[in-house]
Amino acid sequence: MSGPAYNFAYLNEQTKKMVRRAILKAVAIPGYQVPFASRELPMPYGWGTGGVQVTAAILTPDDTLKVIDQGADDTTNAVSIRSFFSKVAGVETTEDTDSASIIQTRHRIPETPLREDQILVYQVPIPEPLRFLEPRETETRKMHALEEYGIMHVKLYEDIAQHGEIATSYAYPAKVNGRYVFDPSPIPKFDNPKLDNSPALQLFGAGREKRIYAVPPYTAVKSLDFEDHPFSVSGWDKPCAICGSTTSYLDEVVIDDQGGRMFVCSDTDYCKKRRPA
Amino acid sequence: MYVAVKGGEKAIAAAHKLLAEERRGDSAIPAISTAQISEQLSLGVDRVMNEGTLYDREWAALAIKQARGDLIEAIFLLRAARTTLSRFGYCEPLDTSAIQAKRRISAAFKDIPGGQVLGPTFDYSHRLLEFELDAPPPAEVAAAAEAVAMPRVLELLGHEGLIEPASASDAAPGDLTEDPLEFPASRDLRLQNLARGDEGYLLALAYSTQRGYGRSHPFAGEIRHGHVEVSFIPEELGFAVTIGEIAITECEMINQFKGSGGVPPQFTRGYGLVFGQCERKAMSMALLDRSLRAGELGEERVAPAQDEEFVLSHSDNVQATGFVEHLKLPHYVDFQSELQLIRRLRKGGEKP
Repeated sequence: MSGPAYNFAYLNEQTKKMVRRAILKAVAIPGYQVPFASRELPMPYGWGTGGVQVTAAILTPDDTLKVIDQGADDTTNAVSIRSFFSKVAGVETTEDTDSASIIQTRHRIPETPLREDQILVYQVPIPEPLRFLEPRETETRKMHALEEYGIMHVKLYEDIAQHGEIATSYAYPAKVNGRYVFDPSPIPKFDNPKLDNSPALQLFGAGREKRIYAVPPYTAVKSLDFEDHPFSVSGWDKPCAICGSTTSYLDEVVIDDQGGRMFVCSDTDYCKKRRPA
Repeated sequence: MYVAVKGGEKAIAAAHKLLAEERRGDSAIPAISTAQISEQLSLGVDRVMNEGTLYDREWAALAIKQARGDLIEAIFLLRAARTTLSRFGYCEPLDTSAIQAKRRISAAFKDIPGGQVLGPTFDYSHRLLEFELDAPPPAEVAAAAEAVAMPRVLELLGHEGLIEPASASDAAPGDLTEDPLEFPASRDLRLQNLARGDEGYLLALAYSTQRGYGRSHPFAGEIRHGHVEVSFIPEELGFAVTIGEIAITECEMINQFKGSGGVPPQFTRGYGLVFGQCERKAMSMALLDRSLRAGELGEERVAPAQDEEFVLSHSDNVQATGFVEHLKLPHYVDFQSELQLIRRLRKGGEKP
């Protein structure tokens, strides 16, 4: 037995064309979930197949690719996806946010501000922000079409009535360009402000659920809130134990079984650059 | 002609002969040994031991061979063999904290005391067919990891009271292989039912909770796989002796819970434990354990995965395959009466 040779970036050209059409439509209608004919990939559904298909469709031989998971380049799944593209596309890869032209991410937006010549590709598990309020796709599509987001506001209101605050800490819903409520993927709500008016194109791929959506550059993204309960994010009491940053998102690292903890930047590239030499 | 149901003895004998021939396949190709199955198709063996509820690699491998690789048929064979064994008692609870871990991961924390150990896993492999596997070079032997203390990840959260304590009870657990299941079922019986349940069924139901049908906000707090000792207290001795070692996979899920009544918001637990390295099954089990606790935690039961009677009544694939496939049995008599009925009704319907 012998194996086949793979096309540039694994997907065949017809598939890439199909994905690109979906991406164009997504960019034209910010926040709208465009169905696409997602393919089986050599990694499992739920492990970034949507992001991988979007990246494969937009990748050119001149691109420099960065892949992060939880903000870090060295997490196992990021390593795996990066080596996949290295192998099937032969593109240059980097851990440096500034040098990357495409950044595929799971669960974070880099701390370093992005530029117009960069594209951020998100891996999305559940693209539908209304899914946990209404499980049926037939219903939620109707709600989006009619811009009927009442159930979401009721949910947020009930949270405030019950807990005094909106009890959603990640995948926090936001409205894109004043029209579609969308799920920014499970990034911490700490990252939501970075979605707004970003110079970089932001593409979202959900492989298992077969949806692609986008936030074009310089597009308004408003996290849902109420006038008397405005959207806010909280930080940490301590700075990063390694680089001392007081503005970045911190991971909690358990250092012993006596309750000992340390807090360090989740964005490893950002932290590395700030570290005293 | 199919009329030959009477005098079917000859037909059955011929069918079995054909089955034996098909099972052997092309006799020019060497027959596979059960030792090869046990060693090289070990995850299939693990699955058959789980759902067959009998920890015996040799028998499970034989069952797979006999069933031509049909795992549900193999599970059925192993269950039937299990029936023939006499039971001499229950072992002491397994101490999974003392596991000799081959694999141990947490998705909740980046690093944990004792470390993250990937071990033998398909995770992070690219699913590209390895054509060279057909004639492989000798495998390199990986160095064995040194044993280090691995405190339970969920207990680390327990120090701060952020997670509910693990339920502990000295009451003897139930056994649904000894007493028929009644509803509502206690958690021990639910877990036993899930441990015996079909992997695909558990997977699909667990998946449904992730897609909005009874959501439970899960995080894989800790998954560990390795060997644990089994000990038993013989009546005549009165103290525990180790009688062997089994491979297991344990999964502890951390789930969100927003509090209700007098209970403050805290994380809750879902638990899965299986033989061998059936990690997918252990995770599915932990998700379903948690979703089936809806009643106890005061959550509204709206989805199939929260409906104990639905979940537990349909999980057993030996029962399920038996009943679905029994439709192949003759039903001439019932069908005849239905034919008569429908003809009669249609005649009635033609009346002006």
